[in-house]
Amino acid sequence: MTRIGTVALNTFREAVRDRVLYNLVFFALVMMASAILVGQISVGIEQIVIVTLGLSAISIIGLLISVFIGVGLVSKEIDKRTLYALLAKPLRRWEFILGKFAGLALTLTVNTAAMSAGLFLALFYVKHSIERADTAVLVAVYFILLKLALVVALAMLFSCFTTPLLAILFTAGLYVAGLFIHEMRGMQSGLIDPVLGRLLRWISYLLPNFENFDVMGAAAHGRVIPGMLIAENTVYAALYCAIVLAVAMAIFSQRNLK
Amino acid sequence: MNVNNESMAEPAIDIEDLTKDYPYGFLHLKKRRSLENLTMQVQAGEVFGFLGPNGAGKSTTIKLLMRLIFPTAGSARILGKPISDIAMHRDIGYLPEQPYFYDYLTAAEVLDYFARFHDFTTAERRERVQRMLEKVGLESVGRVQLRKYSKGMLQRVGLAQAILHDPAVVVLDEPMSGLDPVGRREVRDIILELKKQGKTVLFSTHILSDAEMLCDRVGVIVGGKLQGVGAPSELVGLQAQGIEILFELPASGATGGDLLAQATQTGDRYRLQVEEIGLYAAMQRLQAAGAKVLSVTQVKPSLEEYFMHLVEADRAQAAAVEVRPK
Repeated sequence: MTRIGTVALNTFREAVRDRVLYNLVFFALVMMASAILVGQISVGIEQIVIVTLGLSAISIIGLLISVFIGVGLVSKEIDKRTLYALLAKPLRRWEFILGKFAGLALTLTVNTAAMSAGLFLALFYVKHSIERADTAVLVAVYFILLKLALVVALAMLFSCFTTPLLAILFTAGLYVAGLFIHEMRGMQSGLIDPVLGRLLRWISYLLPNFENFDVMGAAAHGRVIPGMLIAENTVYAALYCAIVLAVAMAIFSQRNLK
Repeated sequence: MNVNNESMAEPAIDIEDLTKDYPYGFLHLKKRRSLENLTMQVQAGEVFGFLGPNGAGKSTTIKLLMRLIFPTAGSARILGKPISDIAMHRDIGYLPEQPYFYDYLTAAEVLDYFARFHDFTTAERRERVQRMLEKVGLESVGRVQLRKYSKGMLQRVGLAQAILHDPAVVVLDEPMSGLDPVGRREVRDIILELKKQGKTVLFSTHILSDAEMLCDRVGVIVGGKLQGVGAPSELVGLQAQGIEILFELPASGATGGDLLAQATQTGDRYRLQVEEIGLYAAMQRLQAAGAKVLSVTQVKPSLEEYFMHLVEADRAQAAAVEVRPK
């Protein structure tokens, strides 16, 4: 556990030293500008605009970090051969993978928490208050974090057996496919060949369902997000991440380094 | 009794029939053999040099020992434990070839990071990091990020992390690579110090003079096959090139006959190289010619000559295979 923590903290330190968190400055500027602008041009829908804008920015920035840094977590260590000296220490390969995952998850959590604080500041600026209904925004942020963890796990899996470019393409492809799970399941109703419909349905259950993590609309309108959905999404993300990481660890444990 | 104990002692590194094939080509269906049935032992407390030209299989062997790559066949044990045993890594130090470390960290941070994988207290860790920085001559730049380090400085960091935890077995892949003469001397001193401490050192190198100077034994690998193992003096002794007689002729103008035609003159002195079997006859003829024999020495090739002999033999064999009609 200590060894996983050591790798995780170093991964976090790398993100900080490589100025990954500088994106927060960009986000702060976007939120300040939009809060001021929205306050002037929209009447009555300030919350909807601010929350939608803020959550979208948190999601997009997080996704960019997850995919690009997630793919590099393993491949960069192999390409630069920083891994060689490390794996000669009493560190198992699966511990390295878990540590790297935990490190980027920590980076994303800090990043997302800071951006969420910015979002709430912007909300406070336009509403002059923070209400109980705004907890839905917090839930939406939590779901974004779960989604990002899943994307990081996928990016790491692909980077364990293919080139960084292909790993980025595969991860991005799976993410996009995962946004259309309900459409895939709905296609079987007479529009396409029944065999293809059944195949799509099976595939839809295998693909990561990113649609379930999108509660931006509910959060923007201050609607309550059911506790059951929070529990389901948490368990789903945890299980999916565990499976993907287990496959990544199994592949990486057998991989010949250059 | 003691001799028996030593001969019975388990080798520090025990490699048996280690073979590595690398797949290549479309769908990885073809295979190139990088290492073939390597069997050798490195005894505890010895400095063992692993010699070979580029692509001979030195780094492949070391990477197999470190479990960075996996063998196609064969096995290896370090300190009696199979190399798959993670506990074995507590007692080994490894310097990769052309090491590269996290360039966003300082040397002190990198060493501290690696030290965390061993069971040291915080105070022990700090003390060891400081000691290692001093040992490799980086104490004044220990707080500088590695992105500002030269290749030679990175090599020193690599060496420091390899011996940081006081391992019983140290494996160094081309430790002299990229170092200036001063750096090479320092690395040599560190290896000799490790030997004094009773550590086992296995290192690969191209620099044969270093191997000759440092190693108790060397192994020469060419074309993925181990071609010879032994003490440098033993190995070159196998290739003895004859006897050299150093002599002077009297000023009265005595003639040495055809022996003089074979000798090399340097000033007033002559050097004559003869086969061991022809020594007696040559001496008699020199005596008859009134020559004054100054010295008689056995001529041995250097380790480099022995090495080149093996490399050329391997190349000749490879060429013979290529031209053989199908």
